[in-house]
Amino acid sequence: MELTSPTYFAKDKVQTVQDYALFCVQAVANLFRKPLYVSDMLRQADAIGVGSLPIVVLTGFFTGAVLAVQASNTLQRFGSITLVGQLVSLSMVRELGPVLTSLMVAGRNASGMASELGSMVVTEQIDAMRALGTDPMKKLVTPRVFATVFMLFFLTIISDLVGLTGGLFIAKVLLRLDARQYWYNAWQTLVFQDVFMGLIKPVLFGFVIATVGCFYGVNARGGTQGVGRATTQAVVAASVLILAFDLFITRFLMIALTMN
Amino acid sequence: MSAPTLPLDSAAVSTQDNSTPAIVFEDVVLSFEENEVLRGVSFRLPRGETKALFGVAGSGKSLILKLAIGLIRPDSGRIIVLGEDVTQMQEAELFKLRGRIGMVFQESALFDSLTVSENVAYRLMEEHGIYDDNIDRSVREALRFVELEHTLDLNPAELSGGMRRRVAIARALITQPELLLYDSPTGGLDPVTSNTIIELIMKQRDVNKTSALLVTHRLQDAFTMATHQFDQETNRMRALPPGQHCEVPMSFLILKDGKVIFDGDLRDLAKSQDEYIKEYIS
Repeated sequence: MELTSPTYFAKDKVQTVQDYALFCVQAVANLFRKPLYVSDMLRQADAIGVGSLPIVVLTGFFTGAVLAVQASNTLQRFGSITLVGQLVSLSMVRELGPVLTSLMVAGRNASGMASELGSMVVTEQIDAMRALGTDPMKKLVTPRVFATVFMLFFLTIISDLVGLTGGLFIAKVLLRLDARQYWYNAWQTLVFQDVFMGLIKPVLFGFVIATVGCFYGVNARGGTQGVGRATTQAVVAASVLILAFDLFITRFLMIALTMN
Repeated sequence: MSAPTLPLDSAAVSTQDNSTPAIVFEDVVLSFEENEVLRGVSFRLPRGETKALFGVAGSGKSLILKLAIGLIRPDSGRIIVLGEDVTQMQEAELFKLRGRIGMVFQESALFDSLTVSENVAYRLMEEHGIYDDNIDRSVREALRFVELEHTLDLNPAELSGGMRRRVAIARALITQPELLLYDSPTGGLDPVTSNTIIELIMKQRDVNKTSALLVTHRLQDAFTMATHQFDQETNRMRALPPGQHCEVPMSFLILKDGKVIFDGDLRDLAKSQDEYIKEYIS
């Protein structure tokens, strides 16, 4: 294994962060420049949004269900089993819905973007696109970023709803609770701050997933091995960034929303 | 194998400004980390001429094409293409200039998610937005030019290597560019297919008078280009008598150790006393 000096390593990382920041700015700025590739956006929205629906539904359902199982164990000790709906609702809407949906979409789509764009780089298709007078950032990156942000927002709403349904399934079948009471508690416990926090997160996470996936893809080097490496790095980086941003944004929103 | 009737509009060619060279490289230097690939490369490509670039693998031939179209930037030196200094241009400005240039990549670089017709129509689709009847007509004409009209709805993966190169040529020609850049268009192909591609390139040179840079490893391709001319009446290339070899607009450029060691026509090449060149062409 080749050893690199700490200085070179640090410079390389700073350079990568700088390149990523510029990449993000360009991806967003292209939304306000012509041409706007609407058909590509719709195609990506279909691939990312509709394509991810099965895994999001399954993840949401089982997460809600396991939350209800875990919560019931604790709540039964205090004689508050009827609060299962509240607990599942708050956990899903504020935290697990956005985060787990984003992680699933990251695993499926950040890797897909990195491998697709990486393959295009190593087969000179990106160069060919530039040679044909098309900006690959506008044609390939911006539609993916827009589609991921837009679709992840709705996927998260679906995941929340399906998660609550998973909780209901456990509440009804295992805990023998009243379904109407479960829904009433789940609904009544939510306030504006919870919903706002749960829906602002997928917007940020969607941006992270798409920009990280595309960034690693367009910077893939070294043939098929490089594409494989870029794909792995994209999923790892997107997942870690989602969890890290989740902590910061949660804390920030808690302070900001309490102040208001 | 004879080439089909030329579909492209020769009126576009007549509007070209012939006063400036198609390409000018002035003392161009390019390095990758410690490795200096091009060390002060200078040459001119006059309008209407085809220049064949030779050199051993890794000598920077393909890089010269990428520099000419602005895909990479030199460390120093100037590159003027179709009268515009590409070393001073922003990426957004380069997109406009690239609309006047066609490039055929080494491995074709066809978009594998698009069909053959969509690949060939790509540039026109970018300009006009939808695949209408006019675009379809142009695509069919361009594919007829390379004798692949029957492949319209196929995917690039379904084509042979030679067919992919010909589709890439059709894609480069569809907008009748003023300058063509060919990166090893016959590399790895059988002699018959190579001959077909060389005939297409020759046709573009002799009928449309398009300027071109041709990177190749195959000396015989460049010699064929220098000793033959495309005959529009028979619609195929014909050999020129030995005394007329220098009448076709064809020149040679040889790179060695990042520098140009030869730039001239076939006669100059044959007369060269340079040991390396003599060994190279022997």
